[in-house]
Amino acid sequence: MAELDYKVVVGLEIHVHLCTKTKMFCGCALSFGEEANSRVCPVCLGMPGVLPVMNKQALEYAIMVAMALNCEIAEFTKWDRKSYYYPDLPKNYQISQYDLPLSANGFIEIPLEGGKTKRIGIIRAHLEEDAGKNVHSEANFSQVDLNRAGTPLLEIVTCPDMNSASEVRALAVELQRIVRYLGVSEGDMQKGHMRFEPNINLIITKNGAEYKTPIAEVKNLNSFRALERSVEYEVQRQLDEFAETGKTIETGNKTTRGWVDEREVTVLQRKKEEAPDYRYFPEPDLVPVKLTKEWLAEIRGHLCELPINKQIRYVTEYKLSDYDAGVLTAERFTAEFFEQSVAAGGEPKRVCNLLTQTGLKIAKERGCGVCDLGIKAESLSELSKIVESGTVSSSAAVSIFEAMVETGKEPDILAEELNLIQKSDAGELELIVEHVLADNAKAVKDVKIGGKKSKKAHGFLLGQVMQKTRGQANPKVVSEILDKKLG
Amino acid sequence: MQDELLNMDCRQLRDGIASGRVKSVAATEAVFKAIEKYEGAIGAYISTFKKQAISKAEEIDKKIASGETVGELAGVPVAVKDIMCTSFGTTTCASKILESFHAPYNATAVEKLAAADAVIVGKTNMDEFAMGSSTENSGLKQTVNPWDKSRVPGGSSGGSAAAVAGRLCYAALGSDTGGSIRQPASFCGVVGLKPTYGRVSRFGLVAFGSSLDQIGPLTRTVGDCALLLNVIAGHDPADSTSIDEKTAPVCDCLGKLDEPIEGLKIAVVPEFNAGAESGVQKVIAKAIDVYKRLGAEVIEVDMPHLDYAIAAYYVIATAEASSNLARYDGVHYGHRTEEPADYIEVYSKSRAEGFGKEVKRRIMLGTYALSSGYYDAYYLKALKVRNLIRGDFAKVFERCDCIMMPVAPTTAFKIGEKIDDPLAMYLSDVYTIAANLAGIPAISVPCGFDEKKLPIGLQILAPAFGEEKLLRTARIYERETDWHKEKPRISN
Ligand SMILES: [Zn+2]
Repeated sequence: MAELDYKVVVGLEIHVHLCTKTKMFCGCALSFGEEANSRVCPVCLGMPGVLPVMNKQALEYAIMVAMALNCEIAEFTKWDRKSYYYPDLPKNYQISQYDLPLSANGFIEIPLEGGKTKRIGIIRAHLEEDAGKNVHSEANFSQVDLNRAGTPLLEIVTCPDMNSASEVRALAVELQRIVRYLGVSEGDMQKGHMRFEPNINLIITKNGAEYKTPIAEVKNLNSFRALERSVEYEVQRQLDEFAETGKTIETGNKTTRGWVDEREVTVLQRKKEEAPDYRYFPEPDLVPVKLTKEWLAEIRGHLCELPINKQIRYVTEYKLSDYDAGVLTAERFTAEFFEQSVAAGGEPKRVCNLLTQTGLKIAKERGCGVCDLGIKAESLSELSKIVESGTVSSSAAVSIFEAMVETGKEPDILAEELNLIQKSDAGELELIVEHVLADNAKAVKDVKIGGKKSKKAHGFLLGQVMQKTRGQANPKVVSEILDKKLG
Repeated sequence: MQDELLNMDCRQLRDGIASGRVKSVAATEAVFKAIEKYEGAIGAYISTFKKQAISKAEEIDKKIASGETVGELAGVPVAVKDIMCTSFGTTTCASKILESFHAPYNATAVEKLAAADAVIVGKTNMDEFAMGSSTENSGLKQTVNPWDKSRVPGGSSGGSAAAVAGRLCYAALGSDTGGSIRQPASFCGVVGLKPTYGRVSRFGLVAFGSSLDQIGPLTRTVGDCALLLNVIAGHDPADSTSIDEKTAPVCDCLGKLDEPIEGLKIAVVPEFNAGAESGVQKVIAKAIDVYKRLGAEVIEVDMPHLDYAIAAYYVIATAEASSNLARYDGVHYGHRTEEPADYIEVYSKSRAEGFGKEVKRRIMLGTYALSSGYYDAYYLKALKVRNLIRGDFAKVFERCDCIMMPVAPTTAFKIGEKIDDPLAMYLSDVYTIAANLAGIPAISVPCGFDEKKLPIGLQILAPAFGEEKLLRTARIYERETDWHKEKPRISN
């Protein structure tokens, strides 16, 4: 068997729906799930005689993403027509951007295992209009739903800088986090807000020589799982194909492949030589856009701290684990709620635990965000403080958190009402400890012998005290008394 | 009475109606009587709306009788080229492919006519999708020249020009992509104005060459032209290429129409004009002499790039058209073939059956020009030529107020004469195309006849948004001459 080593090379093309009030070139509201062809007008139906008018909000949203992706923003950008005949494309051309996209040459930092990051180049990001949807029926005809036609679509093309399926997934997830942070897209995969098309090939080293396999482009993936699995599948398929045919990028054609979700395989759709000629030319119905410095500064003002930067900061500034930092920064509003609670005096780690272990759980059960639970950041901060001071135990804090959501009352009031304040009065606790010691002579003896048994016996005695106080004793104080009495 | 009524121009009629001396209903009925009598011979209209027009006229008369304020064109019967969408009737573009298309909305220009209380009598014939110079490319009917029924009315707005000349309406809207208002105006002896690109909204104008198309009026007098322009001009938020009021405010073209222009400087391009028939050249020279006599200075200029205008035009216009007409495919819009063998045939057969020869030729040309590998050599180069032509005009307008030249190298030619020679047909646009490429306004004013008693138009071109001065310049000539009072004798 010949010695064979290989490197995976992946570049991504991503389409993101922008959540503007209206479509890209007309006044129709964006649509999801409405009755077919109910969100349309002469313009997005491409009727004879209509003209497009650019949606300024869509352009601004697109520029926000481009800025977040560290792209150079064009001073002058224009629109082009991309021609192809398809039933879901009313004009048989799509208004897109060809040689002067609104942005180019950027990069995105994606998080990897263990708190590391990797920089992936962005070739360009441009704006276009989405097509409608073909609805295939059992009968010998298809129908077209044009509700989606004209939805603002941001196309992002990355450099082939990703070297594994997990990196591809990480980029996709990170991009989703960014567009949600910026508030420019819901990034809802199930609603088709993000679609991915990876370009995959391998660099194979065999007996000291290097071979590149032909590039395969997998079309229209709309889940992180399908994206990751399709890359994994392609790696194996290309390895097999290379072993079988020895075809390289020089001798083989670039292919377009489709993903079959049920079988988790990619299937050939077309070879490069069948690729259509889109006959791009400048869209004469729209005027080019000049992006002035003032306008760009105004748009830049709408940006926020990027999630990856927050995540890194939480680790260094608040000493949180990378995992916790990742959970807190997954959604912008969770992160902001966390930061407000810390700003109100909460201890970061304690606030983090309350939020990630209890807050997010309750929010998930209710199908909402942490910030929708009706709790003020200051109240969460208070809760963390009474845990920190030992007034209530961490397990009591869970009950208080839940009660806060239910009643909207403040944590100190709930702690009293629910009788969850810990007994920390040493004098009172000493009496109880003495009773417990008197009743458990064997355990006392075990503690004094030392060794493994001693630890267990100590825990048993502590448990007895807690039981006698119905869990309201401060375990730290009890432990100290025990140590003193037995020491 | 009938003739007297029909011979009024728009302003006379409007004033008559506004003062109560004339009823809009009477004028509208007179128009329909003329249509009944002559339409069979001329063939100007694709559709007419008698009932709707008369009830609108009655409404205007009532408004006036009760002292309500009415619009600038109150009660005036006008026609609209069948390339502008109307929420009533069909919008066919004279194509079989759109023969039964009902638009659900009005073009902005139509909307403005209606808002000015004009009475829309019908929609006029044209070359299919405005592609042609003789209206012979209409997929639906033949229009003839009211001055000589064996001859073409010009095109593509041939129906509008024939209707205005034949007194089948008082004024009409046309569209001009490469001369489609001015050339038929010249052939039919009426006034035709192509405004500056962006002056009139294109919303609702079915696109041929989007960067060249412009709606404009065809009328019997320069004053009517100014009146109609006043009504239809202006920024439209639905058309991003229409100019905003800040950049170029719409001015009243009518108010100062009769004010003289001191020290008018007219540019002529002798070399370029030499291509016209001698009869046309003579008449144009005489027309320019009228200006000279009135004290204008005539300056000979050189416009080296005009020779390339036709080549550049037929690349740009067809490229845009190939894309604009893609939607007529039997799937989205237009005629669908009866029994396609497969999915591809729905497209190919529908288009093969629906489009006429010239439209197909231009779609082919444009598709070729935009194809990968040819784009730089054709489309990009044509855009460069376009810029050079703009430059030529800019240079001339630095020292001259306007340029004068023929509208067309010939007068109206015989029906069938050029139909099998597309190149000869394309060359008949030689004088009109440059204004579209440069986006500047240009007008055709009746300035005489050739030896066959066929009308000739003087073309005056002006800098962008210079319509007010352009119309005043045209009016100077009209005041001095009686050509615009001539009318064709139509026999049945
Ligand atoms: Zn719409």
